[in-house]
Amino acid sequence: MECGGFTFLEMMKPLAIVFVIAFGILAVCTRRDMWSWITTVDHKRVGILYGLSALLFMVIGGTEALLMRTQLLMPNNEFLSAKIYNGMVTMHGTTMIFLVIMPLSAAFFNYLTPLMIGARDVAFPRLNALSYWIFLFGGLLMHCSFIVNQIPNSGWFGYANLTSCQYTADASVDFWAMGLQVLGLASLIAAINFFVTILNMRAPGMTLLKMPIFIWTTLVTQVLLIFALPVITIALVMITFDRKFGTGFFNPGQGGDVLMWQHLFWVFGHPEVYILILPGMGIVSEILATFSKKPLFGYSVMVYSSCAIGFLGFAVWAHHMFTVGMGPWANAIFSAATMLIAVPTGVKIFNWIMTLWGGHIRFTTANLFAISFIAMFTMGGLSGIMHSSPPIDSQHQDSYFVVAHFHYVLYGGSIMALFGGIYYWFPKISGRYMNETLGKIQFWLYMIGFNLTFFPMHFLGVQGMPRRNFTYAADQGWNLWNLVCTMGAYMTAVGGIVFAVNVLYGLFRGKKAVGDDWNGRTLEWAISSPPPIYNFAVEPTVSHLDEWWHLKYDENGKRRPGVEIEAHVDPATIHLPGPSYFPILLAFGILLGAVGFFVTPGGLYVSLVGVVLMIGSSYGWAFEKT
Amino acid sequence: MSDSGHNAAAHDIAASGHADHGHDDHGAGHHYTVTGVDNRKFAMWTLIGSECFLFGALIINYVINSGKGTDKLTPQNIYNIDLTTISTFILLMSSVAMVLALDACGKKELNKFRLWTFVVVLFGAMFLGCQVYEFQHFYHLGLGLSTNNFGSSFYLLTGCHGAHVAVGVMIMSSVLIRSFMNPKWFDSIVVEVTGLYWHFVDVIWIIIFTVVYLLVYVI
Repeated sequence: MECGGFTFLEMMKPLAIVFVIAFGILAVCTRRDMWSWITTVDHKRVGILYGLSALLFMVIGGTEALLMRTQLLMPNNEFLSAKIYNGMVTMHGTTMIFLVIMPLSAAFFNYLTPLMIGARDVAFPRLNALSYWIFLFGGLLMHCSFIVNQIPNSGWFGYANLTSCQYTADASVDFWAMGLQVLGLASLIAAINFFVTILNMRAPGMTLLKMPIFIWTTLVTQVLLIFALPVITIALVMITFDRKFGTGFFNPGQGGDVLMWQHLFWVFGHPEVYILILPGMGIVSEILATFSKKPLFGYSVMVYSSCAIGFLGFAVWAHHMFTVGMGPWANAIFSAATMLIAVPTGVKIFNWIMTLWGGHIRFTTANLFAISFIAMFTMGGLSGIMHSSPPIDSQHQDSYFVVAHFHYVLYGGSIMALFGGIYYWFPKISGRYMNETLGKIQFWLYMIGFNLTFFPMHFLGVQGMPRRNFTYAADQGWNLWNLVCTMGAYMTAVGGIVFAVNVLYGLFRGKKAVGDDWNGRTLEWAISSPPPIYNFAVEPTVSHLDEWWHLKYDENGKRRPGVEIEAHVDPATIHLPGPSYFPILLAFGILLGAVGFFVTPGGLYVSLVGVVLMIGSSYGWAFEKT
Repeated sequence: MSDSGHNAAAHDIAASGHADHGHDDHGAGHHYTVTGVDNRKFAMWTLIGSECFLFGALIINYVINSGKGTDKLTPQNIYNIDLTTISTFILLMSSVAMVLALDACGKKELNKFRLWTFVVVLFGAMFLGCQVYEFQHFYHLGLGLSTNNFGSSFYLLTGCHGAHVAVGVMIMSSVLIRSFMNPKWFDSIVVEVTGLYWHFVDVIWIIIFTVVYLLVYVI
């Protein structure tokens, strides 16, 4: 029954290659400082590592998208084979969700959470480093599949029974499943860490309703992760058991049920889409308030809406399954719940518009991305409401209309918000501004390219073009819009290059930032850019929402004299957690544990070596002086 | 669990900084926590919330598949309620020992602390022994991991629980060894956090025992 195995040496080769590439990049970026980055437990450095990795994975995921669009440029194209195309579909989705949006959000969680709540670091600095290394190794393990040419090709949702040994005999599904398993562990550890940090480490006076809105959306995201991840963990364990130990959880021939996978996957998968969008919502809320020079409109309602979205997010998973035949009751209930979740989301959209209303709006690049988020996310949300109706959903199921819908929310929504966040906090992180002209060129390339790519997909979907097909016939009437889509995608790629140039320009030539770089509202702007290693020399005491704003301005909006960026102190006077190499060692043990599942014969021993390494480094960790 | 009493202890330790227990992650330089609950304890409660969904998924999977036994390999035919009742009792008693160990740790009574910690480890190991015996017994009856979906979901659920017990036994063994290495080591937060985990694993077993072993008699 067992399928998809390598000998030990066959497996070590791709691993060695991806490790050399990854640590080569790290060495180039950090130069002689590499060891201090490997052993770092500073939340700011971990955040930068997350961000850098996510952007590099974005290059991979974006390239996959461009290859797909090139294949679909014209009918009956033979640029990619059907198998490779399926691989691109699967890995584009998996990469963009788990290796781009989630870690890029995690980069912001890491960098900003302690700064915004006035803390020295997260609750568990070493666990934080551990999360990053597990995440990186999970991503690398998944990408070994490219080197052995067994690219996962059963979709990012991995529907049973495509994942069974019968239909996928090579190890492609194993790379996907074990990679996700490892990534899930990283996210769970990080989620617990941030949950505790936010609830337990706030500066004195910062009550829950005085937390910045980004911290609130971060908190709700962590709750979603904490409850959603264990379900996908079990589902992936069951796939692995089916493939490696001959069980039949998802095999009807053995009494299993393929729909069981869909339920388990979407019980995780639907909260996951809120995990992807909530951080973006928080970022946009911060940016809009700053650049409108107004407090966020309806702050407390925004908080309650975020919580409502988080709660309802667990009650709508089966709207992904309206066409599988669940019956009228299940369809009706999940349909109603899905319509209900549009209410708090709509409330948020009105609050963002009201934040802009009457403000002194500055159209910086960050703000352009944030404003475009409102428009694009609204469009994606509206097509989402259409899908909440089972009869309409039955027409759209598996067509390009759905592709258009979720790219409007995840790309027009999350990714645009995250780019806005990069432009907004880049001066805080690097100490230099990015170039506004280049930024605006990138924004318009993205905005126009994005809409050119995805708006015509609505038409294609309604015209009946099925998603995930690697080609189409010339007489189906889909030629024009596919050509337009592909041109839009190329335009976005140019935008991506402009962004990369802008990052390099910002790092080396950008205008120097001092601290309060945009006349900001929240605590991270009260310290210098980049922040000193200890964050705050004096622990802040908070009395208002938007504390830094209230320190700078009095009740009538007049600037108070003498409010300055906090001066530096000697870091030696402040106790900080010491560097540790146990996180990366423990993460490596976890990677070996996962690698064992690929190795035959002797995989058990590889996994056991991994377990020994895990236990050993746990003891080293526990007895380490910090 | 006398939560309120130990809250105060948690606060004291948090307030004294981290010089005396530098082996644990502790908010860098923070001298207090907002809720007054130690970070490690807070994290364990959070993990327990997550684990509820983990076991929830496994239990639902078992309930769906428990009727899918084949031939004579069904829940009605192979469970041995006597053995499982004994092992359940042992696990419940280990939780009592856990409470006493924490109490002795708080009062710095070295011998009692070692004794009850040892009892926790012993009872945990006995429970695991019963489980190994049970698995072997079922295997000899013909129920392997992949024989039928009832067996697969049974082994996955109880095996996952057993792995959790094993981790608990390892941590409590480490506590015991630590107490022999350093007789002045009475870190009641570590013991309390481990205790939270242990009681949770115990509570989950009560649910598993009810759903897996007892409902057979009702349905």
